[in-house]
Amino acid sequence: MFESFLGGIHPKDGKELAKDKPIEDMPVPQELVVPMGQHIGAPCTPTVKAGDEVKRGQLIGTSPAFMHADIHAPVSGKVVKIEQRPHSGMGSCMAVVIQNDGKDEWADGLPLTRNWQVMENEEILAAIQSAGIVGMGGATFPAHIKLKPSKPVDILILNGAECEPYLTADYRLMLEHGEKIITGTQILQKLLGVKRTVIGIEDNKPEAIKAMEQAANGTNIEVAALKTKYPQGAEKMLIKVISGREVPMGGLPMDVGAVVQNVGTVAAIADAVEHGLPLTERITTVTGDAIKEPKNLRIRIGTPYQAAIDYCGGFKQQPKKLIAGGPMMGMAQATAEVPVMKGSSGILALTAEKVDHGPEMNCIRCGKCVKACPMGLVPSMLSILSERQAFEACRDEYGLMNCVECGCCTFVCPAKRNIVQYIKNAKGVIRAEQMKAKAAAEAKKKAQEAAEAKREAEK
Amino acid sequence: MNEEAVKQETADELFTVSVSPHIRDDETISHIMWQVNAALLPAALFAVWWFGVPALINMLVGVIFAVLGEYLWQKGMHQPITAFDGSACITGLLLAMSMSPVLPPYMVAIGSLLAVIVAKQSMGGLGFNIFNPAHIGRAALMVSWPVAMTTWTKMADASGGVDAMTSATPLNILKMQGYDALIATFGSQSDLYWNLFIGTRNGSLGETSTLLLLLGGLYLIWKGYVNWQVPVTMIATVALLTWIFGPAGLFTGDPVFHVMAGGLMLGAFFMATDMVTIPMTIKGQLIFAVGAGALTVLIRLVGGYPEGVCYSLLLMNAVTPLIDRFCKPRIFGAGGAKS
Repeated sequence: MFESFLGGIHPKDGKELAKDKPIEDMPVPQELVVPMGQHIGAPCTPTVKAGDEVKRGQLIGTSPAFMHADIHAPVSGKVVKIEQRPHSGMGSCMAVVIQNDGKDEWADGLPLTRNWQVMENEEILAAIQSAGIVGMGGATFPAHIKLKPSKPVDILILNGAECEPYLTADYRLMLEHGEKIITGTQILQKLLGVKRTVIGIEDNKPEAIKAMEQAANGTNIEVAALKTKYPQGAEKMLIKVISGREVPMGGLPMDVGAVVQNVGTVAAIADAVEHGLPLTERITTVTGDAIKEPKNLRIRIGTPYQAAIDYCGGFKQQPKKLIAGGPMMGMAQATAEVPVMKGSSGILALTAEKVDHGPEMNCIRCGKCVKACPMGLVPSMLSILSERQAFEACRDEYGLMNCVECGCCTFVCPAKRNIVQYIKNAKGVIRAEQMKAKAAAEAKKKAQEAAEAKREAEK
Repeated sequence: MNEEAVKQETADELFTVSVSPHIRDDETISHIMWQVNAALLPAALFAVWWFGVPALINMLVGVIFAVLGEYLWQKGMHQPITAFDGSACITGLLLAMSMSPVLPPYMVAIGSLLAVIVAKQSMGGLGFNIFNPAHIGRAALMVSWPVAMTTWTKMADASGGVDAMTSATPLNILKMQGYDALIATFGSQSDLYWNLFIGTRNGSLGETSTLLLLLGGLYLIWKGYVNWQVPVTMIATVALLTWIFGPAGLFTGDPVFHVMAGGLMLGAFFMATDMVTIPMTIKGQLIFAVGAGALTVLIRLVGGYPEGVCYSLLLMNAVTPLIDRFCKPRIFGAGGAKS
């Protein structure tokens, strides 16, 4: 058995709603809304214009910035509009709106067949980059950047923990497409040259563990049954539990020689490298106590939430919250117009019964949050200091910037304090001040240079 | 279209937006507080049986004035009413339980009001009070009416008869007359231990029964509201120090007596574990418990008072913010990469 990480919680997982529903292909809706910002980094600029005909897999957005992932048309049809549309992470974002022509034709030459075993590492990386693959667990970090670490790595960890309650997309993927995950993993093994590869799965999913063990039979890929505890799937926790290594404060997994990828990402990498397929669809769980028939859908990027909900029979009760992702870290949405993106692991509709809680009270210093915090912080003090706008004290004395916003503290708080909200607020203020200081320093430098130049000229 | 229908229509389009997490545990402050009250109940009921109606009256007065005082304060200050969340009830009950059963009820009432208004509400209410409110109430009464606060009920000792009536607590007897007189009062050492364990002895009305306080304390530990290390450490500290510093030289003390006498059981299980006024990390709580135990022994053996639980806990409450400052948990990844 693997050692555990400190803290963590055991929420009711709600996975029974969708865990036994096989992945279903959702028909492509009439109109797809493809946002240009679906990844960490610079948003893309459209490479098409209204009126253009596009085919599935055709590039429709890119950026000159290093940190970005290309975006491709998820269906064949006509670009009808390029405009600001609601976005599940940014409020609104420039999006390419495509009218589905019903033919669902692939772009020229797709899908192709390649033998990854004879491909050069550069070719593999290029294939991943041009497929626009990002971390599909929700973090949406561009995969081709993560897979080219600037430090030596010796362990590859596959994240199949799926510790967020309600979500079952990764679970179904592991049950039904284990072989694709293994292929993708082998591609990454070749690319990174790691010594050890481990797939971490929480032990409340014995069928997935069995399926992956079978798929991994004959390879050197280990399957690790991990204790069921939220946030087992958080990158730093997963590395700690599986390798015993601790990512340093403010550091990255590669600082301890590790690379972590979500199982969904790895499956997408297999498609990209073997068949040249860009990321245009994913598995998403549509669930929650307000959804009539919860399902795991193979869904096109750009599908509006409303279409997916309708496909699942609509709402059986009025939901109070519509959440992009899981209930612990997902973002509440104001409208069901927002589209599915590369990082959309779940669409969750919960009734008031699940999301209502009493009014916020004073902190009674019970210490439950301190016990629950997997990062070793004192969330109660962070919330109190942030409430009093003592943001610097949050950062300097209580390690504000180490918070991963997993929500354990807020979940256990008997005073129903919105601790994560206070922490996010404090982080926002600190970051804004850093930006301001940086801008001011730059402006000063420029002014000095200008004065210098003037003096030179006057000489 | 009526207002209800309008609301419905907008609700169909827009959902509630707030920061994650979106699900919460069922635990509430009020639930925790009522559980603590429930844990105190066995010892409180025993007090009514053992000390009779005066004990009942004092506990009722304590609770009613604490809850009422908090309610009126919050009403007057236009604050949300939380007087019925169980915490004022604990304060009133603990206050009455930590004082003599023959204390005039009006003094209990004044103690309760001081506790909830001065020690709790004026500091910002539950969560912001530095000191345990019940202890502030008790300390205030102690300096105001020292004689009444140290007058105990008359009680026949083991030998029976009117002549043998005593109005002293076991710790009083120890302080004034010494250990041998204490044993003589109860007959034998085993009789002394048995009476202390069951609770058939003189003392503050809720502190006498080691057995029932232990029962309540174990319930709170089982429910996860109390870290078992805190009462265990405080009691162990008292036991160790009273054993070392005995009346007839080093290692001649009677730790069993000191552990069960006075208010240690009540203090260790119900006051040293008051989450608001003790450190938040387990490391800090252990320092708190050792400090409270050591100060208790210091007051009992060297100080002017026979009992020191109340003051030792208040002193440790005062240094709790300091302890918290120096006992933060280790942040994940601090000190560079670790493998």
